[in-house]
Amino acid sequence: MAVYPLHVNSRELNVQSDDPDKPLLYVLRDAGLTGTKFGCGLGQCGACTVLVDGQPMRSCLTAISDAKGRAVTTIEGLGTPEKPSVLQAAFIAESVPQCGYCTSGMIMSAAGLLGHTPKPTEAQVRDELDGNLCRCGSHDRVVRAVLRAASQGG
Amino acid sequence: MNAPFNTPEISRRALLKGGALTIAFALAGTTGPLFDDAAAQAAPARTLDPNSVDAFFSIGANGRVTLYCGKVDLGTGLRAAIPQMAAEELGIDLAQIDLITGDTALTPDQGTTAGSTGVARGGVQIRHAAATARQALLGLASSKLNVPAAELDIAHGVVSPKGGGAGLSFASLLTDQKLELKIDPKAPLKDSATYQLVGKPLPRPDVPAKCTGTFPYVHNFTLPGMLHGRTIRPPAIGAALVSVDESGLKDLKGVRVVRIKDFLGVVAEDEWTCIRAQRALKAQWSDWSGLPDQSHLVDVVRGMEVSHVQALPPKASTVAAAADAKSLKATYFWPMQSHASLGPSCAVADVRDGEATVWTASQGTHHFAKVFAKMLGMPDGKVRMIYLDGAGCYGMNGHDDAAADAALLSRAVGKPVRVQWMREDEHGWDPKGPPQLLELAGTINPDGKIVDWRVDMWVPEATRGLPNVPLLAPLAAGIGQTPGLSTGLLTQNAETGYDAPAAVTIHWLKDAPLRPSNIRAPGKVANTLAVEGFVDELAAAVKLDALDMRLRSLSDPRGVEVLKRVAAMMNWQARPSPTPAASGSVARGRGIAYVHYKQQENYVAMGMEVAVDRSTGKVSVERVVCAHDCGQMINPDGVKSQVEGCIIQTLSRALYEEVKFDKSHVTSTDWLSYPIMRFKDVPKLEIALIDRPTEPPLGAGEAATAPVGAALANAIFDATGARLRTAPFTPERVKAAMASRQS
Repeated sequence: MAVYPLHVNSRELNVQSDDPDKPLLYVLRDAGLTGTKFGCGLGQCGACTVLVDGQPMRSCLTAISDAKGRAVTTIEGLGTPEKPSVLQAAFIAESVPQCGYCTSGMIMSAAGLLGHTPKPTEAQVRDELDGNLCRCGSHDRVVRAVLRAASQGG
Repeated sequence: MNAPFNTPEISRRALLKGGALTIAFALAGTTGPLFDDAAAQAAPARTLDPNSVDAFFSIGANGRVTLYCGKVDLGTGLRAAIPQMAAEELGIDLAQIDLITGDTALTPDQGTTAGSTGVARGGVQIRHAAATARQALLGLASSKLNVPAAELDIAHGVVSPKGGGAGLSFASLLTDQKLELKIDPKAPLKDSATYQLVGKPLPRPDVPAKCTGTFPYVHNFTLPGMLHGRTIRPPAIGAALVSVDESGLKDLKGVRVVRIKDFLGVVAEDEWTCIRAQRALKAQWSDWSGLPDQSHLVDVVRGMEVSHVQALPPKASTVAAAADAKSLKATYFWPMQSHASLGPSCAVADVRDGEATVWTASQGTHHFAKVFAKMLGMPDGKVRMIYLDGAGCYGMNGHDDAAADAALLSRAVGKPVRVQWMREDEHGWDPKGPPQLLELAGTINPDGKIVDWRVDMWVPEATRGLPNVPLLAPLAAGIGQTPGLSTGLLTQNAETGYDAPAAVTIHWLKDAPLRPSNIRAPGKVANTLAVEGFVDELAAAVKLDALDMRLRSLSDPRGVEVLKRVAAMMNWQARPSPTPAASGSVARGRGIAYVHYKQQENYVAMGMEVAVDRSTGKVSVERVVCAHDCGQMINPDGVKSQVEGCIIQTLSRALYEEVKFDKSHVTSTDWLSYPIMRFKDVPKLEIALIDRPTEPPLGAGEAATAPVGAALANAIFDATGARLRTAPFTPERVKAAMASRQS
């Protein structure tokens, strides 16, 4: 049983696993960070998106051995219901989610975008989020929320 | 593994006692722990009689009102709307309400949450219960205060004399006392002009948790000692299990295999080990190739065995056909589609000691509690089902199947089991929206009057009284179920929405190629494509403007208003379609469609502007305009959110979606083979909501889906002269339609 030291939401997390290919998704969910969602396991829908060293990654396809020693940020690492981040607050203000199952992944992909492009155009937002699927049809609100956050320095 | 994060711990005791109440506490405010053990104090034995006021409300000593609702929030905003209706009628603040939904031990059976009935039926029932309670509370206060009830008012949960003076709180009037009243449907309702809460775009209480990763989905629910389960479905739909080889599991710790006839599953202590076991288990299945040839699906459906033919009551034309009337015929087809939920279905079941508790995202916990009792060989009442949110379902997706999987696995291993389907399970095995074939014939006079309207439709029948779609797990395990199909009301809106004759004949099919179920606005999406597409064809045949032709035969003022609103927003210029041929590689056009949903509910008009690439056939939807009248709006932002979702989801269904299969199984089992609409293709939406506070609320969950396909097809026709009658409108189909027009 190997031990994998991870940095998750600015905390140390030593994870034991007998499988170096165990996806980061299940490492996080087993540790109680259930905001990150299983959607497809194929990297096609974006529901499991987290930031790894600031870059949006599909945690369903990220092996624990590849996450070793890297900085992982999940939706819980951004803020809380009481103290949401600027980006989360923008999603709340726009009342974005319907079922909300895709929302964590949307926010994490948007956080990655705003990390390197603080003032994106609407086209850049749509382009960056094109790999995040939503079945309820919350797309317009997602775009508005990301642009709102950008205007507020999110 | 250690769990260093502060995560919600869920007490089994609390959940068994308080059930969804613990969840409700979390959602009532934006602060506090997600699962509050203190809530376990509630849940006394209580009446579930849906005719009783006490079934819906209890008033605690602390003055808080607990609202018990049989309808559930499927991401559709009921958590906001239902308390708005209840608080308004009772005279309390929203913050004084705790909401419990969909728990068979606590909430009355208000029927399945389907068909846009959450507000229209569930909410209205609660409104009448609240109005009855209000009268009773006024009466109690009148006696205690010695003031006539007519001179009392209720606000913030306190009954006070209108002229001022000390009042009495609900709690002081009724501490731990039951009202013991039947709901009086004639109890006076508040005048909508005085509404403080209904009609306001108040925030949905679930949104902050959904944006911070803390919302308590069923997928996150755990119990002490819970195992993770997965089922192994056959490579061919009707295959039998021949043998199982467990040798691949020897390196996986603590895995158990469960086999019940053709039902095959694995359980493990952690989810990833379970998934590895699901992949490593080798099973031999018998051959089966009973599915029809997809390439001839229209002919297959037309040739399927018909159980009976039904003619709906005809409506005669009031106008004779003119000598120069035009007659047309056309065939429309809608394919099988998946609910394609973003999160694969999930449930947790605990089956022990002759009892079962199932935490599920089911739309019909009360229905399925009885179905599960039968499946598990238990008396009614021994199965408790508790609703927890899943990913959006839009009809019966896989969530009830996942719950049945979990229940059979839990019974077999004697521990609670959580099952989440994998992506290929959801796309491959969710019950599908059935295929719909419609043949239309019509005659239109040169003045735009439709004088003949005939529809023949081929759709799978819904077995009368069948509460559910037969479930996969008992089917495989050889456990008897009520045979039949459940599809929803597929035949509505086969008539036009105008003053026109109608002769509708239904060819009820005994079966469907793939297990069918209801999918958002069952039947009406396809029917309205056919009806409003064909109306457009008739208008074009007599060279009339599509809007003008519709308005000439529409007398219902609410219908007229939605059409005129859309026309104004689009700056509609009257001319026949198609548009005079323009040159260039991209053809642009506009289309309009109208529906009076189920001929008795919402009025929706929709306009679209599209661009069609002549060389590739790719359709880009550039603008969608919608006017929507759902009667009294409870929460306008909730309505808007639903209308947006209806439009985007149905554009996706109309442009991209078709379940693919070979002779043995569904082959479109991921997002590449079953694509849905993405950000770059989502058009600009402009939505006008028409509020009618004095009319009954009609619900907003699905009506706006209905005109989407027709508005799109009509816009493509306007742009290109090519008529799309088979969904999805893929580039290949659009190209073929353009080519056949030129030939």
